[in-house]
Amino acid sequence: MKKLFFIPIIFLSLGVSAQSADEIIDRVDRNMSSDNRVFESTMTIHGRRSSRTMTSKSYSVGDKKSFTEYLSPAREQGTKMLKLENQLWIYSPSTDRIIQISGHMLRQSVMGSDLSYEDMMEDRKLTEVYNAEVAGSEEFDKRQCWVLELTAKVEDVAYARRKMWIDKERYIPLKEELYAKSGQLLKRSILSNVERVEGRWFPTTIVYKDMLKQGDGTEFKITGIKFDQEIPDYIFTKAALKQ
Amino acid sequence: MIRFLLKGLLRDKSRSLIPLIVVTIGVMLAVFAHGYINGIMVDMIEQTAKLTTGHVKVMTKAYADNIDQVPNDLAIMNVNEIKEELEETFPDMKWAIRIKFGGLIDVPDENGETKSQGPAMGIGMDLLSGNSVEAQRLNLQKTLVRGSVPAAPGEILISEDFSQKLKVNPGEEVTLIGSTMNGGMAIFNFRVAGTLRFGNTGLDRGSVIADLKDVQAALDMNNAAGEILGFFKYGYYDDETAAPVIAKFNEDFADNKGDFDPVMLRLRDQEGLNLFVDLAKSMGSIIIIVFMVAMSLVLWNAGLLGGLRRYGEIGIRLAIGEEKGHVYRTMLSESLMIGIAGTIVGTAIGLGLSWLMQTYGLDISEFTKNATTAVMMPNVIKSRITHADFYIGFIPGVLSTLLGTMLSGVGIYKRETAQLFKELEA
Repeated sequence: MKKLFFIPIIFLSLGVSAQSADEIIDRVDRNMSSDNRVFESTMTIHGRRSSRTMTSKSYSVGDKKSFTEYLSPAREQGTKMLKLENQLWIYSPSTDRIIQISGHMLRQSVMGSDLSYEDMMEDRKLTEVYNAEVAGSEEFDKRQCWVLELTAKVEDVAYARRKMWIDKERYIPLKEELYAKSGQLLKRSILSNVERVEGRWFPTTIVYKDMLKQGDGTEFKITGIKFDQEIPDYIFTKAALKQ
Repeated sequence: MIRFLLKGLLRDKSRSLIPLIVVTIGVMLAVFAHGYINGIMVDMIEQTAKLTTGHVKVMTKAYADNIDQVPNDLAIMNVNEIKEELEETFPDMKWAIRIKFGGLIDVPDENGETKSQGPAMGIGMDLLSGNSVEAQRLNLQKTLVRGSVPAAPGEILISEDFSQKLKVNPGEEVTLIGSTMNGGMAIFNFRVAGTLRFGNTGLDRGSVIADLKDVQAALDMNNAAGEILGFFKYGYYDDETAAPVIAKFNEDFADNKGDFDPVMLRLRDQEGLNLFVDLAKSMGSIIIIVFMVAMSLVLWNAGLLGGLRRYGEIGIRLAIGEEKGHVYRTMLSESLMIGIAGTIVGTAIGLGLSWLMQTYGLDISEFTKNATTAVMMPNVIKSRITHADFYIGFIPGVLSTLLGTMLSGVGIYKRETAQLFKELEA
């Protein structure tokens, strides 16, 4: 009789947990995603011998279109990247070539960083790509966090599983671990300097670490961000790459 | 006694001719096979040395630890100065700066946009400075399928299969996309000078060769390179020659043991070549055993036949009072003489054939033209005569005749003296 009494409670608690997880990642999506945005950033790559910083300006509309222009250092200045749907082109001024990056090249590092082209291209909402489950609560960086386990519900995703530490108050991921299908930890990112930008919380510093690579990781800092801007359509054309 | 036995052998040809022919042929084959197989294996090791490992290779310690990833961010800095130092310290060796790199080769269409592309492994080597022997070392001229060897900056060689896959021809432009040694994006235009065939599946799938200076410019590696390959000026690779070079290098160069200090590796310590080097070394023993067993079986059989033929003779010798042991020992002595004579003749013929094969070789380029193998194969197969070829035949030649006679001669001890006269009467 006691057993029969517990069964509905178990189902009830599972239901609450699943619903909560969905609600959490939905609120995370609302903070992290936007219809469009324009931001300037610096990317510092910490290698074994030296560190290197590059600056860039990016424009993006939803998860389908984005355009990035590298502003410094001199060797990379003028290099541009255009993403349309699931295609990526790079323009290099030194060769005056527009090169399409596809296939396994998308898994290569961007500018020697701990980020791959695939990472840069993945801009879909978490709710569209993953099923979430609350695995527990933990304190991280002096903030109370939910620990969420995310499992891919679509095939075309770079990481089959994610583990996220979500700030309970601001609905922002503070730490993330990305796993392969085999269960191997591939990347870890730490998000910090969370700021209030146009009514939403947003982390402005992200340290990525490719766990299969030596070095101290890549620090990505957003130096300025604006949401819901009017971005001219021509920016997202191949013609804009050569301009 | 020896003269007596020798006379017997010379006068009774049926006693000595067949064993002598067997030993001669066996030893000749053993000596020739040893030189031939040794030649092939050494050539394969040398091909690998010329292309990737050198007889010794100098890298930074960090690069050597991650060599499979071709980590050019961990390359040797001030590489020209280090090469000069190596040339001074080891005047009997030749040194070559190389950069291995990975990347994407992209072929543009008429609008400069991607027409086709594929992943490639590349080697940057000195092709254009006047005193470089790198093109000859890799026999680039002979492996060319179309076009020519780079003669000007900005030119590149591409494997024939790769060029067909990318639909690119000599004279057309391609773009290399890779990483600079600082981790930046490297995009560099080359003109295809020619296509070549390595004869190795992996290399033919997607390889490029460009001049060192172009690769240094493309990958932002000014006066830096991943590897310095060292080649023994005289002779082939062997562990004994490499050992003092390594010891001297460690004494003079690698005293700090830091991550970016240079380290030197022998050929056998790279790319799992230790097994291959050991196999090449033990080839002599393998051939000796194979031929010894085969020849012993044949000579045992010949000894049995000889024993039957000499049944009467041995019977008389025993009947007139010669001891069985003495008869057995004289037969062994005869075998020893036949073995030595056959070995000398067989070794001489085997060495002669090996010399022909070493001098002229066997050109198999026509057979390997369209074939791809998993290993680096030379175009001309040549024997290689070593000092071992002069004595290697004596072991199977002499031992197998003795062994064959020892086995077949056991029958002597089974003869019963009481039966001898009956047998002789019959």
